[in-house]
Amino acid sequence: MEKTHHISSYCHIKDSRVSLNGNTLFISAIAEFSAFIKSASQHLETKYSKFYKMDNLSKMAFLASDVVLNHAKLPSDKENNIAILLSNRASSLDTDRKYQDSISEADNFFPSPSVFVYTLPNICIGEISIKHQLHSENCFFIFDTFDANHLWLHAESLLKSKKAEKVLCGWVDFDENNYEAFIYLVEENGTIAHSPNEIKRLYKS
Amino acid sequence: MTELRLELKEKIIEQLNLEEFTVADIADDDALFGNGLGLDSIDALELIVMLDKDYGIQLTDPKEGKEIFKSIAVLADYIADNRGK
Repeated sequence: MEKTHHISSYCHIKDSRVSLNGNTLFISAIAEFSAFIKSASQHLETKYSKFYKMDNLSKMAFLASDVVLNHAKLPSDKENNIAILLSNRASSLDTDRKYQDSISEADNFFPSPSVFVYTLPNICIGEISIKHQLHSENCFFIFDTFDANHLWLHAESLLKSKKAEKVLCGWVDFDENNYEAFIYLVEENGTIAHSPNEIKRLYKS
Repeated sequence: MTELRLELKEKIIEQLNLEEFTVADIADDDALFGNGLGLDSIDALELIVMLDKDYGIQLTDPKEGKEIFKSIAVLADYIADNRGK
């Protein structure tokens, strides 16, 4: 009999709020993203010095993934085969603009290496993989809007072909003052069926 | 020289986003890389840009950087001897 898969947990970060499975973990009156995400990481005890070096997109993707993966209580004595499928609309545009600013004047041409390294959206997958020691399949998609069907199909394909035991999926979009993260973990165990309709329902919740 | 060392500590904390450090946490002879402040290769590149932008010093030999970025004290001495700004 073919295995069915479930969504074991999900995290939202938006409107100065971090939630896990619909329950608020952290909420702040701070509207500005940098200050909010710093407070959130301290409140959630991320304790990862490299966090402060990341760009905004990576900080958000990293924190949302960290919440979900910590909740999953992964075994530390074996390698976890967790694939990562992320998506967004703005790619790395927020950081691209910052980098552009640093090279736009011929008389003040000092490109920043630490900004440049984040001028690709999939760098955030690398940050998550480094922290959780994942050497797994990964992909970052650019869509106009959140595409539950595409993520569902790709995650099911990875699980059914045994390319991964679990798949961390979601939407992490950051552009200027607009930000939103929705990350969920798909695996064999769980109570929420892994289906496009359920993914859409959780995304909108 | 004390002022330059202090200035460098402030710049390094700000430009390399060392949020968990204050100026008081960095001793003049602390190693900047490895077990000291734990800077990485991207930080090294950022320091090279900082030398050029703020002090008019262009490093062309990577081996030179390894020695110059040993500690705040060594870096301050190098800047004092070679600065163009």
